[in-house]
Formats: sequence, structure tokens, C-alpha cells
Amino acid sequence: MSGNARRGFLGTAAAALAGAALAPGIRLIDLAVARAPGEAVTGKVRWGLLIDSNQCATGCTDCVTACNRENGLQDTGRPRIDAQWIRKIDLKDAKTGREQSAPVMCQHCAHPPCVDVCPTGASFKRADGIVLVDRHTCIGCRYCVMACPYKARSFVHENLADQKPDVPRGKGCVEGCTLCVHKIDRGDGNTACAEACTSAGHGAITFGDLNDPASTISKRLRELPNRALRADLRLDPGVRYSGV
Amino acid sequence: MLGAVLGAGFAAFVYMEVNGHHVTGMDNQVVWGLPHVFAVFLIVAASGALNVASVASVFGKVEYKPLAPFSGVVAVAVMAGGLAILAADLGRPDRLIVAMTHFNFKSIFALNMFLYSGFFAIVAVYLWFMMERRMNRWSGMAGLAAFLWRLILTTGTGSIFGFLVAREAYDSALLGPTFVIYSFSYGTAIFLVAALGALRWDGRVLDDALTARLGRLLGIFTAASLYMTVVFHLTKLYVTRYHGVEAFILAEGGAYTALFWGGQVVLGGIVPLALLYSPRTGGRRAAILAASVLVVLGGPAQMYVAIVGAQAFPQPIFPGWQESSRFFDGEIHPYAASLPELLLSLGGVALAAAMIAVALKVLPLIPDSCTDSSSPPLTSPPARPR
Repeated sequence: MSGNARRGFLGTAAAALAGAALAPGIRLIDLAVARAPGEAVTGKVRWGLLIDSNQCATGCTDCVTACNRENGLQDTGRPRIDAQWIRKIDLKDAKTGREQSAPVMCQHCAHPPCVDVCPTGASFKRADGIVLVDRHTCIGCRYCVMACPYKARSFVHENLADQKPDVPRGKGCVEGCTLCVHKIDRGDGNTACAEACTSAGHGAITFGDLNDPASTISKRLRELPNRALRADLRLDPGVRYSGV
Repeated sequence: MLGAVLGAGFAAFVYMEVNGHHVTGMDNQVVWGLPHVFAVFLIVAASGALNVASVASVFGKVEYKPLAPFSGVVAVAVMAGGLAILAADLGRPDRLIVAMTHFNFKSIFALNMFLYSGFFAIVAVYLWFMMERRMNRWSGMAGLAAFLWRLILTTGTGSIFGFLVAREAYDSALLGPTFVIYSFSYGTAIFLVAALGALRWDGRVLDDALTARLGRLLGIFTAASLYMTVVFHLTKLYVTRYHGVEAFILAEGGAYTALFWGGQVVLGGIVPLALLYSPRTGGRRAAILAASVLVVLGGPAQMYVAIVGAQAFPQPIFPGWQESSRFFDGEIHPYAASLPELLLSLGGVALAAAMIAVALKVLPLIPDSCTDSSSPPLTSPPARPR
């Protein structure tokens, strides 16, 4: 082997070795989706949920309880007025009598009607697909509540106390499920409802990145027949349902 | 009296804002209640109150010309009353400045803010051109601009509801033009009530021929409103998935069904038409006034059915399944307006009436005599010599 050829071989080998050594690290960084504080949210990920109503136990409300605890929602004894970020809907097929149960929350649509109708732009969608309300510019007109096909938005009717530092809320503003954005942003990698459902042993709620073909949610979405709620509206929700 | 109602309305506004909306009949199932019924009714009626001026300036009916400035004033006052209710009912009325500085141009609400403020500006210029002799020659052009603007405005107001695909009672592009037609009848009726009332307050009576002419105009608009109502519900009934909500509004909705048939259709439509076109009463001042009052009362009935009734009917989230939840899915939602909501709503009406009264005092709105040779006499008996 001549000097030049040897030098070329060594160069290629070094590059291949470096690639082999670094690639898993790069892949790991990718998998962890670690986002430095201050780094902008990107559209590379799209967070979503898969609800498997076959696994969802009728009568179990652990997801609702966990959501209320995580986000500081309180029961004032006035259920028509209380904010409801997630609720369990009991379903019965009118023809066959088959019964199912499933949690419903903000569906984090790709084309959210609440964002379309908001006069001030307070309703907005983050690059990673999470639909939120900017509490500084919400004027409390409730047009988004009128526009949401999933009844997922609530208006705060009274003064609030004992709020969670991570979850600011306020009288006179509209709010809804944030997909536990504060947990996602600190890298928890799951929502309170999904954690509670797993702890209860049901596993009916799967959280993850819909854009990552290797994520658990993407794999399950490929395996299970599933659909969007009110698919006729073509809003491309980030929450999908299986079993109903 | 007007002052007391205005004061009560303001007190209701403060009470609701300090305590939060839990003191109202509204909740997280019915988020738009009586204040919205009155606000939208007044906003729709305001654009229609400009009809008389439009008929004079745009369609060249000179006999309406002396009443055109009053028509503009009624339009501005009624619009202000409606918008005041809407602003006072916001969850955060202190952030009105945010609403005026942050705009999402995809939102019909945001577009309407421009349409409403533009309405004030255009009608103000129109009034100036009509009332300032040197600018009279431009008043036709300003009248055309105001007419086109108000058509867009009312289409925008109807579209607030029409584009809400989530609610089965709406979800129809027909609501834009339907609201335009409603505005013609509500506005003409409010104008007639205001004009007849103002002249009586002033110890005068409106010319018989002009009253009869306005009555006929109201008849045409009321008939057109009924026609649009029939067409709207027929198009809904054509679509099978809307049969549930249509059955609710038209047959099984209790108060909403009663308000639809009794308030909107019979009292607000058929009875006024009978009064206006019956050989015994047609053309008579008392009958025209009664018909106008009934059309004005039918307006809030129609809005109540359209706004509250639409929210009372449950949203289908899992079509084909019977739904139930602790958040009242699958149920008819109850709503009963509270006293603060009623006072706030009446406060908006009082604001409009007070603005009209003040304008009548300070502006020469309804001429003593019709010195304009192109116009027939307005008042009867003939006006006092100057």
C-alpha cells in the first residue's frame, strides 16, 4: 500500500469510526428531545395522545383527578360553572347497547377553530402542536368556547385561590387542557392524565410525538384502528381515539 | 327614568365584573346569554335603522330626505347601546385596549371591530354632509358608502354565528344574508318607534302619507324576514344530521320553541303583517306603531332562540353514540337569565334611548317644516311659520 493510499484508508476509517461513535449520541439527543431553556419550540415534534377506549374503565376518573391536581383546578360544588379540562364521557351505542367510556380534553387540532375565531390572537397553537391561551391577551369574549367542537374550553367564572405556580389561571379568561405543557417543557415526557392512567393499570392514554415513527404512540397508532373525533370537520386533532 | 335604568345597568356591570360571571345565569355550557341577545339585536337593528337615510340618499326617494339625519342618529345610538353591552359583558373589560391593539384577522370578531368603529365614522361623516349645507352635494356618496358598509357589517355579524361549524344550530352561510334581512325589519321598526315617539315628545305628529309609506316598507321587510326564516330552517331540515337540533327548536324545545313560534314568527312576524296589510288597520298610525313595537319585541325573541337555544342543544362529540358525563354532555343545558344580566341589557337599551334624546335636544334633527321644495310636507298640521 502506497503512502497516499494508506493515508486515504486511515482517513476513511477514522471518519467511519467517528461516525459510529457519535451517531448513537446524536440519536439519543434526538430521542430525548431535550430542549434547552430559552430554545424555541420547533415543529419537528407534534405532541399528541392516543386514547384506547377498550382499555378505559367505566367509572374510573383517575385521569380527571390527576389533571385537576396537576393544574390546580378545584371543585367549588357548582359543576356547571367549574372549569373542566378533561372529563370522562360514558358512551352507549344507541343501536346495539354497547357501552364504552373515554376521556375527552382539548384535541390540540392542527387547524383549531378556537384559534381562528379568537379576536386578539390569545388562542394560539405552538409549533409543537399544543393549543394554548395567552392569559395576558384573552379578553374573555368566549367566542372560542362557542367555536370548539369538543366542548374543551372553560371560562373562569370567579376569583381563584391557591394556584399552581406552573399553571397561571385567572377570573374572566378562558382556559383548557395545555397537554401539561409545563411538564413537557421541563422534560417530564408525559402528561398527568397519561401517568395516572398507567399507574391505575389501564394504559388507555398514550402520550408522545406523532412526528416520530419510532415513538410508542406512533407504533400504537399503526397497530390499532383509530380515528379523530368529529373527523368530518377535518381539524386534524393531535388526540386520536381507538375503540369508538 | 332613562338615567335610573342606565345607572342600574352600570351597577350590574360592576357587580358582574367584581364577582365574576358566576353571579349570572351563564355557565360553561351556555356562555353567551341575555346580554348577547340584546347586544346582537341592537347591533343588527342599528345597521337597519339607517334604512331611511339609505332609501333617501341611495335610492333617491326624496320624501324620506328630511328624516335621513334622524335615521343616522338612531343608527349610531343603537349601535353604541349594543356595543356597550357586549364590552361590559367581557370577562376582562379592562383589556378593551388589548382588543383594540391585537388583531387576528382570521377572526370575524376582529374584523367586526373595524366594521363597528368604521360604522360610527362613516355615519358621522354622512350626518355632517347631510346637515352642513355646503357639503350636501357629497351626501349621496357618503350615503352609498354607509349603505355598503352596513351591508358588510350585518353580514359580518351574522357570520359570527354562521361560521361556527361546531354548533349544529348554526353552521350555515345563510346566516349572513339572513341577518341582513332581519336588520332591515328590526331597524325600520326601531326607527319608526323612535320617530313616532320623538315627535310625540315634541308635540308633533309624523305626516300621514310618510307614516303609511314607512309602514309599507316595514311590511315588505317583515315578510322578507319570515321568508328567510322559512328558507333557513328548510335548508337545515334537508340535512339529516340536523334533524335533532331542528326538532329541538321547532317542536320539542319548550321555551325556545314557544319563543320561536310565539315570539319570532307570530308576534314578531304574522301579527305585524296582519296589522300592516289588513284593509281595516293598514296605513293607520296606531296600527303601524303597534306593528313596529311587535317587530322590535320579536327581535330579542329571535336572538334568544338563535343564541341561547343553539347552546342549550348538546354538541355531538361522538355522533351515533348516546353521551353522558359529569360535564353534562348529551343533555339539554338549562339557562335562566339573572337580574344583573337583565339590568345590563336594559342599560344598553337605555343608553341608546338617552343618546337619541340628547341628540334631539342639541341637533336640528327633525325639521319644523319641509322647506326643501323637493320634499313633500313632513309634519301635520303644517309647521309653524318661522
